[in-house]
Amino acid sequence: MRTILVATTALLSTTFGALAEGELNLFNWGNYTSPEMIEKFTAQTGIAVTVTDYDSNTTALTKVEAGGSGFDLVVPSANYIPVYVRKGLIAELDHSRLPNIGNIAAEWKDVPWDPGRSHSVPWQWGSVGIAVNTTVYGGDVNTSELFMDPPEELVGKINVVPEMTDVINMAIFNLGGEACTEDLELLKNVRDKMMAAKPKWLSMDYGTTDKLSSGDYAASVNWNGSTMRARINNPDIVYGYPKEGYPLFMDSVALLSDAKNVDEAYQFINFILEPENAAMISAFARYANGVAGSEEFMPEDMKTAPEIVTPAEFAAGGKFLPTCPQSAIDLYTAIWTELLK
Amino acid sequence: MSRRHTPGRSKGVNGWLLSTPALILLLLAASGPLIIVAIYSVLEKGDYSGVRWILSGEGWFRVLFEKDIFDQTISLADANLSIFWRSFKLSIATTVITFAFGLPTAWFIATRPAKSRAFWLFLITIPFWTNLLIRTFAIMEVIRNQGILNTFLMHSGLISEPIQILYTDTAVLIGMTYVYLPLMVLPLYAAIDRFDFRLIEAGYDLYASRWQVLRGVILPIIKPGIIAGSILVFIPSLGAYVTPRVLGGGKNMMIGNFIELQFGQGQNWPLGAALSTVLLLVVLVSLLVYTRASSRDNPNG
Repeated sequence: MRTILVATTALLSTTFGALAEGELNLFNWGNYTSPEMIEKFTAQTGIAVTVTDYDSNTTALTKVEAGGSGFDLVVPSANYIPVYVRKGLIAELDHSRLPNIGNIAAEWKDVPWDPGRSHSVPWQWGSVGIAVNTTVYGGDVNTSELFMDPPEELVGKINVVPEMTDVINMAIFNLGGEACTEDLELLKNVRDKMMAAKPKWLSMDYGTTDKLSSGDYAASVNWNGSTMRARINNPDIVYGYPKEGYPLFMDSVALLSDAKNVDEAYQFINFILEPENAAMISAFARYANGVAGSEEFMPEDMKTAPEIVTPAEFAAGGKFLPTCPQSAIDLYTAIWTELLK
Repeated sequence: MSRRHTPGRSKGVNGWLLSTPALILLLLAASGPLIIVAIYSVLEKGDYSGVRWILSGEGWFRVLFEKDIFDQTISLADANLSIFWRSFKLSIATTVITFAFGLPTAWFIATRPAKSRAFWLFLITIPFWTNLLIRTFAIMEVIRNQGILNTFLMHSGLISEPIQILYTDTAVLIGMTYVYLPLMVLPLYAAIDRFDFRLIEAGYDLYASRWQVLRGVILPIIKPGIIAGSILVFIPSLGAYVTPRVLGGGKNMMIGNFIELQFGQGQNWPLGAALSTVLLLVVLVSLLVYTRASSRDNPNG
């Protein structure tokens, strides 16, 4: 029996080995990579892609920094790109190897966190707001008070994603502060208000798309694309844009300095800058992608989705998070650790 | 005189030589990582992650004390202590509950005819066929608000609102009891299997009540099994990670999750390393207490 097993495994691995002409290891956020897009890439290039998930920027950074991860590409958020660059973890991109580099939409070509797009190309971008099940709560959804001071109906039913940067900044906006603030008086209020709200939260967990759809969460601090996916499953879900201010994010693909499959990685980066392929990424995870001309390949329901097309009255509340100085991050981490305990 | 006739010394040397591979393996595979953990716990934390190679007692200091971010006052780290206390409490509870379920189960199996015993034991091992994570998610499917249990209770009219079990300490307890039950049953079974059932008859003949037989005859004899089972359940419970992570919802952390937090979002590796060392010491002390307790009453066990 055992011999048969061993023999079969050996046989399988040689077969697969022979099929693939190259391989690529993508290290990306969970539930964020379109399997159809990966299939298409493999069919076109013969390169087998292995996708490994992570759930937070810090986890990804820690694993990459530990070295020997074997990953070729990573998809950090905007405020983490400069950290990767400073630590020498991601390589400068050779634009001459990326014929499609010009496809990046004008507003994403030169961004503060990566001037001239020397180290990264857009993957997807979106906003962090609050998803609410309207059968449970019928009031105003466009406010961060929903998690900072949950209304009666949502006590013990609201989830907060354990994503430090997004949540702390939303809380800072809630109390009238600016991103990266080091105003101790304000931060003390941020901490106290969150500590008081925490017992009213159901959980601090990921997996919001499924649990919002199934009704296990009546509300959650959540990303817009994830909320759209939940709304498609469960029409009672609406997405609130907190009027006090809410963070915008962009995750970008970067090539790791210790990547082994550099050629394959360039082929992949170039591939996702093709509007049609970028649209496949968006069609799966339901976020906008930052590649010009991809709109026409997008599914019809995304062109009008209230989660993707920000209503004009709330557009001003969206703020990109800059990379905060270490002193600010230390303060936020201290608040966050205290909160998570 | 040839060397062959002086066995004492060369035998010792040979013995050491022969065991070198094992010793090297023990040193590298068992102690090596622990030494790294110990070293990291006395270093300074690096930016975002990792450590700087500067000696610092900050990691150990933070295990017991915390500095207020705003007014810099130092106080006892009650948050850390409450996490340790919760882990300890839940692990003890898991051990007691698995014992309460495990003893009758093991007894039942051991008293079946020899032929069918193998079948019952086989049933006990079935959960091990599936990955722990998948089993934990299955438990979640049972206890969540729209899950099997709540749906059933609501349909049968016993409750009108779903009971919030998921993301509570109860959920973690249910999960751990389920996961670790076989680890209690198997050693108990082994102990009961060796038990001479004529001793029970002897007890009854001497006018002992059922309760007296259980306390005075059965439990003392199967004590090694109880101790082995308790160790096997208590220690992994203390370091449990997956179950509290999935069923506790990130709010009801146990030590394992708290350590992970320090290496991830907490960005404080020295504190994580110090906490791991503390966990190790707690386990070590518990083991010493257990073995002491078992060897005192039963010098042959």
